[in-house]
Amino acid sequence: VKLVIAIVRPEKVNDVLEALYNAEVRGFSITRVQGHGGELDRVETYRGTTVKMGLEDKLRYEIAVSDEFVEPTIEALCEGARTGEVGDGKIFVLPLERAVRIRTGESDHDAVTPVGA
Amino acid sequence: MTGLPLISAAAEVDSGDTAWMLAATALVIMMTPALGLFYAGLVRAKSTLNTFMMCLAALAVATVAWAAIGYSIAFDGDGSIIGGLGHAFMNDVTFLPRDGTTIPHLVFFAFQASFCIVTVALVSGAVVERMRFGAFLVFAGLWSVLVYAVLAHWAFGGGWLQANGTLDFAGGIPVEMGSGFSALAAALVVGARRDYGRQALLPHNAVYVLLGAGLLWFGWFGFNGGSGFSTGNAGVLAFTNTLLAPACTLVVWFVLDLIRGRHVTAIGAATAVIVGCVGITPAGGFVSPGWAMALGALAALPSYAIIVWRPRTRVDETLDVLAAHGIAGFTGILFIGFFAQKSWNDVGDGLLYGDAGQLGWQALAAIAAPLYAFGMTFALLKLIGLVMPLRASLREEAVGMDVTQHGEEAYATGEGALLIKPDSDAELPVANPV
Repeated sequence: VKLVIAIVRPEKVNDVLEALYNAEVRGFSITRVQGHGGELDRVETYRGTTVKMGLEDKLRYEIAVSDEFVEPTIEALCEGARTGEVGDGKIFVLPLERAVRIRTGESDHDAVTPVGA
Repeated sequence: MTGLPLISAAAEVDSGDTAWMLAATALVIMMTPALGLFYAGLVRAKSTLNTFMMCLAALAVATVAWAAIGYSIAFDGDGSIIGGLGHAFMNDVTFLPRDGTTIPHLVFFAFQASFCIVTVALVSGAVVERMRFGAFLVFAGLWSVLVYAVLAHWAFGGGWLQANGTLDFAGGIPVEMGSGFSALAAALVVGARRDYGRQALLPHNAVYVLLGAGLLWFGWFGFNGGSGFSTGNAGVLAFTNTLLAPACTLVVWFVLDLIRGRHVTAIGAATAVIVGCVGITPAGGFVSPGWAMALGALAALPSYAIIVWRPRTRVDETLDVLAAHGIAGFTGILFIGFFAQKSWNDVGDGLLYGDAGQLGWQALAAIAAPLYAFGMTFALLKLIGLVMPLRASLREEAVGMDVTQHGEEAYATGEGALLIKPDSDAELPVANPV
């Protein structure tokens, strides 16, 4: 069981959702985060104050998947989130010590397998 | 004997009328930022400022174009299609009363300018969230002359519709049908937003929408109440009808919302206020209070139907200017043909009170104005599109129009913002480096 963390552009959220759905990855959560990934800084001006926006809005997906789903998940994330410009985001895959489904108490592989799959 | 008989034939300035018209003009001017608030609430958060700025752009560009030439095209002479150039650059617009009124020509000019401004702002509702700001500025200036001023001449300035007896109290022809059918053309030429039909594109702040609608209604008392150019009966009738009609539209809209979705919605109510105000705009000074209430109720039906139907089409006429203004204005213009009453307006009767001919002229206006507005706007945008791109790039649209068109955000938090010292060429951050 792995934990896949992906940081993507907020405007690509629907494309990513669609791609994950098509890859039959059904369980995940998202958080709004801010970060910096080497893209050019945005300059904004408010009256006399000019600022360089060092942080961009991003979305962070957390997806716990069984081992055989790691590759399809990564492919779906890349497909949904890629624009080809700097700032498309990153995917991190981490080993997951344990996963538990609260409703049933199932562990690990069973816990991250969608109901009815 | 000099020109004395001529001078004495002209009406004199009346202080009471002038006082009211100064206030009414200010009320109508407020409708443009009120519309900005209404529109800004209806779009996504990342396009808030750009949407509001399109309305402010109307205050800038349309005012200048109006002073330069628009006013003259609309209100100089009695040519049947367009006016002359006698008032270009405000020539001969002075303290003397405007012909046929008891207010200074300067006040008449400003009052009419406020109508042109808000109408230009209305059209922006069709192209928000994707039209380039620069292209919109060009469009706003040209549209205010080529479409608004011409329609205003037809309806108010002695053009063919007015000369033949078409009744339009406060702008059902140039303002409401003019903006609504132009909006449809603009949406078709500029094209839909990239996410239209793929994602739910929801209003980001319903409170702005309600506040904007409330301020619009408030301003509309100047818009309709001032369109008699005096404190006389017509203006007084229109003022009170501007309270009655939208109230009835609201009640009917509540019922329609209940039937359709089992809830009375807030954004629906804000829309109903606009539809009611639009419906009574052409008819305000011509129909009795009772018929005004009937008009308010009736106007809800076609506009509601179009608002439900339009999002199922591929036409991203984003903020439903056609339904709220074009269709409601159309309803009001036709309504006059049936229910105008000489005992209330001293001008003419509709079909119900014995003059079937009036209905004919109202119907002709209801066909001619939409055709002209649609056709001219379509051609104008196609032409502008040959010279400059009308749309922001897909990438800019995705990131948001506020950041890409204006370099600002409506809801900036300042997190991660590094100050750039204005007096240094080197971009040294003075805040914490990341």
